[in-house]
Amino acid sequence: MGNDVLFETLLRLADNHLILGHRLSEWCGHAPMLEEDLAMPNIALDLIGQSRALYAYAAEIENQGRSEDDLAFLRLEKDYHNILMVERPNGDFGHTMLRQFLFSSFMVLFWERAQNSTDKVLSGIAGKAFKESQYHVRHTAEWIIRLGDGTEESHKRMTAATAALAPYIGELFEADAVDQSAISAGIIPRASDLRGAWETQVRSVYAEATLEPILDHQAQTGGRIGQHTEDMGFLLAQLQYVQRTYPNMTW
Amino acid sequence: MSDQNEIPLWEVFIRPRNGLSHRHCGSLHAVDATMALNAARDVYTRRGEGQSIWIVPSADITASDPQEKDANFEPSESKIYRHPTFYEVPEEVGHM
Repeated sequence: MGNDVLFETLLRLADNHLILGHRLSEWCGHAPMLEEDLAMPNIALDLIGQSRALYAYAAEIENQGRSEDDLAFLRLEKDYHNILMVERPNGDFGHTMLRQFLFSSFMVLFWERAQNSTDKVLSGIAGKAFKESQYHVRHTAEWIIRLGDGTEESHKRMTAATAALAPYIGELFEADAVDQSAISAGIIPRASDLRGAWETQVRSVYAEATLEPILDHQAQTGGRIGQHTEDMGFLLAQLQYVQRTYPNMTW
Repeated sequence: MSDQNEIPLWEVFIRPRNGLSHRHCGSLHAVDATMALNAARDVYTRRGEGQSIWIVPSADITASDPQEKDANFEPSESKIYRHPTFYEVPEEVGHM
């Protein structure tokens, strides 16, 4: 296995977390209540922190003189290899909670196993991320249960969110040739092995929330090779604006 | 902002370190105790303040009447002999 497989593996993971972190950060100042106005940016900061660690390591592995900031802010849309679920627009609060729950439930299982990665840096990142993700699941699951099993209006909105996000579930468990190489080398766990445990967790929360699980919808994919939904360009425009307008600017 | 009048208020107590007692640090809105604990974690422990959280429904707190402040508290003001100011606390004792 060459360094390019490790680099691409790190980049995909980092992109997932940066883009979802950015989406969550869009709620800052707009949450339905003050408590959530702190909770969502808290989660966003966890995700962006994870992406920073991954980008920094990826930049080191690539060894082409690019920094974590270059990777995060100065690539073109097709060079971002995040899954499509994380770039989906926030929608309403319930949709945001459900997207986070589906993703974080997967990441808890992923990070738990990635703690045994043959790559020592990644296993270190996994240890911290595992703890953070557990809280993300707890926080979002409690909301889904209360909104799903809440008022007529909240149930209707959660039902709409489950349908809207269903096409983006399959991509979580995909593995292309790059993933296969990384899995064979013991760097990351095989995503399809996590599906059983993931479905058990998701079904139990959906059941408590009185929501009909749609977990086997035909998958929309392409994020891994840079084929994004039309919302991605707008997201990047905002994400990259400062760094492109004032190159090399730092805090 | 949604109408928060329907969402109950909770008082939050944080224990900063082992050995210290929980201290009141603020309040928040949440629909039930589980959500209040999560919110307390998010609102009040972001800078590593906490080892433990207690939450209590604000409605369950019985408070003294501000109107009776004088009757309650003024009588003790003239009784300085109740303060243990004649003792020196050894440093080893720490927090009291």
